[in-house]
This record gives sequence, C-alpha cells and structure tokens, in this order.
Amino acid sequence: MIRVTRKLEFSAAHFYHNPDFSAEENRRVFGKCNNPHGHGHNYVLEVTVAGEPDPKTGMVLDLKELKEILDREVTQRMDHRHLNYEVPELTGKIPTCEEIAMVLWRILEPKIHQGHLDRIRLYESPDLFVDCTAEPSKDAR
Amino acid sequence: MKLSLWRRYSFPASHRLFRQEWSEQENERIFGKCANPYSHGHNYALEVGVTGPVDPATGMIANLADLDGFVQQKVLDAFDHAYMNEQIPEFRKCVPTTENVCRVIFQRLAGFSYARIEGVRIEETGKNSFEYAAPSNS
Repeated sequence: MIRVTRKLEFSAAHFYHNPDFSAEENRRVFGKCNNPHGHGHNYVLEVTVAGEPDPKTGMVLDLKELKEILDREVTQRMDHRHLNYEVPELTGKIPTCEEIAMVLWRILEPKIHQGHLDRIRLYESPDLFVDCTAEPSKDAR
Repeated sequence: MKLSLWRRYSFPASHRLFRQEWSEQENERIFGKCANPYSHGHNYALEVGVTGPVDPATGMIANLADLDGFVQQKVLDAFDHAYMNEQIPEFRKCVPTTENVCRVIFQRLAGFSYARIEGVRIEETGKNSFEYAAPSNS
C-alpha cells in the first residue's frame, strides 16, 4: 500500500463559546479563546490517501483531482472565513481543531474514490495539531 | 474515525551516553562522540499525543491548559536545562538515549486523567526523531 499526502493552507477566524456555560465558566474553560471578537490562525491541512498504484498510470490517485476536491471542499468553504458563522457544518459546535478535523474528515471521506482517505492532519499552529484516521476495522483488532 | 490531539513543546538539556561498567574504549566504540565525558546537549522538541472522546460541550479531547500544566509539572520542570544523567532519577540506571527519553517521558505522563496518552515523539535534532507509541491495549 502507498500513502500519498497533499498539503494546503487556509486562514480563518474563530472563538470558543458555549451558550450553556455562564460568562465566567466560558472564560475559565476557554481562556483567551473566548474573546467574542474572535482571532485567527493559518491552518495547515495534510490529507493522506492510501491505496495501490494503478499499473497503467503508476498513481494511487490523480493529484490534480485531489487538488480540485481540496480547493472546492476545503479552501472555498474555510479560507478567509469566520468558522463560527460561515461554515454550516460547524454550527452548534465549538470550532476547535478536533471538531474542524472531524468535519473535514466527514466531508472528504466520501469524495475520495481512488484509494481511500487514510489520515487528515490539521495544524492550528506549529505546536498544535490533530490527527484523524480511519477506525481500525474489527478484523484488524 | 479516530482522533488524536498533539501538542509540541521544547526543552534544552544535556546528556552523555556511557555505561559505567564498560571501559572508556568500549564506551567510545559504541557511543562515539556521545560518550564525551564532559557531556553535550540538544534542543529537544517534544510532541505529546492524547486520544479519547471529544467532549461536545467544549469540542475538546483534553483542555490544552490541563495538558500543558501536566506536561510542565511532570516533564518540563525536571528536564528543561537539566543534565539528564545526573538530574533525572530514571537515568541513573539506563542510558539517556532519546529512545529511553521517550519511554521515560511516556511513563511520567501515563497518569494524565483527562485523556489517554497516545504517544511521545521527540526530535533530538532536525535530523533525528524517535517515537514511543502506547501499547494498543493500555
């Protein structure tokens, strides 16, 4: 099996606030991230697709197609957006790195038809990232 | 889908790779420059991974403030600017290679109560990195 990874960046704003918490609890749990004016990050997303290379093309998948999928599904949806207000898939969620990674996995997984989505790694900053991988199948356990 | 959250820290520290019971020549043969009796140091980059369910109320596997505080208390307070051979008790009995540093740090962090420690990865330099993964049944 071969793993192919494509990287992209998007810049977006967010803040953390749970309406079920008091103002004080929001500040205690989320700290600076609770600032209602929001703040932003340069997110870096690594998308890894795994599979066997096609014997005719030598490719697991056409990277051009992957690039188009990522432009359409990730860049257009999230780049220079406010994640609390402009991304419907995040409505009702706290837009943490964990939640964004899960949303991206659910969006991208059904779109990959050559090979399969193996991992997405989302960096919020160079010192914080989330890995999202397929659940190992029952047979593999 | 399985999720893990990774946080990166750094600490400068020094070490010397040698075994007391070996001769000077034997230490030099096995450990090379790393056996230099005056020791040497690195800027270690430490990545700690945690895994577990995401709390819907916070969107988090673990609150970074809790993780940072725990890593500070259990690891960085002791390792930062330390001579590991002398100042980290675990290395009185084993050589402070970065393989062993990974294992020792994993053991120090195993008691984190908010999420399971998934692994510890250390870059000793930009060229060498080491990872200790939690056994799958822990």
